[in-house]
Amino acid sequence: MAKYKTAPLKSWERAKEIRADYYRNYAAAHEKGGLRWAGGAWTFDAIPAGLGDDVYPITSEPYGATIAFQKDFSDRCLQAAERAGYARDLCAYMRNYWGSILLNEYGWAEPGEERKPFPKPDFIWQDHICCSHAKWYQVVSDLEGGLPMFCVDVSVGPYEHTTEHGIDYIVGQMHDGIEWLEKTTGRKYDDEKLIQAVYNTCRSTSTWAEICALNQAIPAPLEEKTMYSLYVLGTLQKSSKDVADFYDELLAEVQDRVDNQIAAVENEQTRVMTDTQPPWAFLRVFRYLASRYGTVSVGSLYTFALIGNWIWDNGKFVPRPTPQSQGVEIKDRDQALRVLTEWELSKPEWQHFYHPKYKSDMMIQIAKDWKLDGVMLHYNRGCEGLSLGIAENRLAILESGFPVMVFEGNMGDEREFDEARTMARIDSFMESLGVPKLD
Amino acid sequence: MIDTFQERYENRHEYAKQWKDKTGGKVLGYFCTYVPEEICIAAGVLPVRILGSHEPQDVTEPHIFAMYCPFCRDCLAQGLEGKYDYLDGISIAQSCLHIRQAYTSWELHVPTDWSYYLPMPHHVQSPRAVPYLLAEYEKFKKALEDWTGNKITDDDLKRGIETVNKDRQLMKQVYELRKREDPPLSGLESMYMVVSSQLIDKGEHARIVEDSLKELEDRTLGRPVGQRLIILGSENDDHEFIKMVESCGSTFVIDDHCTGTRYFWDQVSLNGEDPLTAIAKRYVNRVPCPTKDWPVRTRVPHIVSLAKDWDASGAVILQQKFCDPHELDIPAIKSALEEEGLATLFLELDVTVPIGQFKTRVEAFLEILDEEDLF
Repeated sequence: MAKYKTAPLKSWERAKEIRADYYRNYAAAHEKGGLRWAGGAWTFDAIPAGLGDDVYPITSEPYGATIAFQKDFSDRCLQAAERAGYARDLCAYMRNYWGSILLNEYGWAEPGEERKPFPKPDFIWQDHICCSHAKWYQVVSDLEGGLPMFCVDVSVGPYEHTTEHGIDYIVGQMHDGIEWLEKTTGRKYDDEKLIQAVYNTCRSTSTWAEICALNQAIPAPLEEKTMYSLYVLGTLQKSSKDVADFYDELLAEVQDRVDNQIAAVENEQTRVMTDTQPPWAFLRVFRYLASRYGTVSVGSLYTFALIGNWIWDNGKFVPRPTPQSQGVEIKDRDQALRVLTEWELSKPEWQHFYHPKYKSDMMIQIAKDWKLDGVMLHYNRGCEGLSLGIAENRLAILESGFPVMVFEGNMGDEREFDEARTMARIDSFMESLGVPKLD
Repeated sequence: MIDTFQERYENRHEYAKQWKDKTGGKVLGYFCTYVPEEICIAAGVLPVRILGSHEPQDVTEPHIFAMYCPFCRDCLAQGLEGKYDYLDGISIAQSCLHIRQAYTSWELHVPTDWSYYLPMPHHVQSPRAVPYLLAEYEKFKKALEDWTGNKITDDDLKRGIETVNKDRQLMKQVYELRKREDPPLSGLESMYMVVSSQLIDKGEHARIVEDSLKELEDRTLGRPVGQRLIILGSENDDHEFIKMVESCGSTFVIDDHCTGTRYFWDQVSLNGEDPLTAIAKRYVNRVPCPTKDWPVRTRVPHIVSLAKDWDASGAVILQQKFCDPHELDIPAIKSALEEEGLATLFLELDVTVPIGQFKTRVEAFLEILDEEDLF
């Protein structure tokens, strides 16, 4: 008999619908006289929102992951990128993305339909935090025969050392970017739309953090494999009202699951977290953990904070309250850009770019407050940005007293993931934690 | 005289220790050529670039995941093995993520009195970069003052600028000589000259370059020049490799490396400006590392122009294994060079280089170039 009751998420269908609409709208934008733009999941998507409601993005990392999930297509994309001369050890999302351009096949298709040609964006709107972010789109532009591109550099140091001149540097680039957007698209910029998009950004990213905080409950109301399908909406379009509203609805549902002890894993007996993007073609690893060991992965700094915004408060790692909830009323463009900049600079997943100690501190706090038994670190060959400092994170977590298992792989290149070896490692890790196999 | 550079390079640790004993000054180890040496020199500090040893090591595996470049791991190994135990401080100016890990792990595990992370902007093509960097330089200058106890005046900064500029200008004169049909120095000698500039007192280095210029006036290699090559890519002080290529019937006449032209090509231009602004402009506008070369690819025409001006017939493109920034530039550079009629040879470097295998590939490459000359 199961230890806890469980139930599917009621919000699941709505999440799928938002994602499908997103890829559908991007592809069909021109049919409605709209515009298409491309940029990263971390880009300031609130800014192009000021060009109108018919301006649709495609964000690169989730698109790369979508391809990675389709193993055969991904394999063709990766090979196409390699044939074009791009190194095999580069970011796997990037190579999937480029391959999709080179093959001229869109990674998303209506159910039952053939893939259509890749919809070329009208412009690129990116930000730069890791070595590859701006360069990714430089290559996209090369492959597409030249595309207008604007990229904002955000590397002004860790949040705890934020300076006024650092904010000025980013905001200045954003102002230049808005002028550039007007010039490039021929459209007049609407500051009101920007302001609403900034509010939405703060609301969606704060609410997602609140949802993840509920996973401190025993039993956990969510497990990480499900969370991947939910957090991704924020990586698609964190500035959209639909996404922010969805997270509000999801928060209520997850709270209800906590109140009624509805578990994600019905026989939860062990709690772990992972780190970095998972090997997307092998998410069955999480099913194995749950069904064989009653082990729930409650998430990771990655799922919590790639888009979720958190802050330290009296030694606790807590969801960051939105500026609007703190009485901030945005009145003009400059203020909107400043609020957006300050908000995004506190993003937890940006801190380790400056030093692994920031990430170690957050991970250790999560391990304590989410009541974990161990940590499974994915040494991800596919992402130099999020694997940065991971070896130091391992040492720090071990030092704090939590057992750590390491497995090597690649989020977007299945050729670099050894499934049998990973499962064997999981068996050994569970044995070392004293976790009995479920009957 | 030209041999002095090699001697300084090989004995860099002894040199720095002796410099400390002699001057009582502080030695600052830095991880990337975006650290403004002018400001360090103005503070009376000896800036020395932290380099690897090209020897196998087994100490960095717990600290840096093996998918990051061998250079960053080799640099960290030097710290963990105590080879830089004379350093008083370390610093990095924001560039690639790989070398940043060497810096942060060094800070965590190698006892160091002073450490400074300088957020050098990446968007150097933005008009916002100079004002931002200037504000960061103000902070860096203040931190250096607090650390050394030396107040840095504008005159000190001007002295720092003049010292570094003079060395840059002299090295550029040496590079001009490499345009000759029979260059007076090899690529290996040139590499020793530039890298040693990153390791020793700049004034002393400039004096050696000045003396070398006299020596080079009538010097020839004393061997056939062979194919004239450009070498470019990631950090490269792999002398064994350069020596091998030049022993196969070729001469490197120009480069695009941070251990070569990228380090010294651009001067600080005072033009009546305050010194810190002038320094900031120089580092923002210098020949960029690929991490900062966006959205426009400025490196590509620059490299093509170097190859043409120094009359190179082929290009050796080197890359530290796993170096993402260079991997992202290489297809565009390779294609541009080939469009200009230059054959290219791409090779990936690790901490140690498989000289035998590389030699076979280099010989085949040179053979192709020789045949092109023939027909």
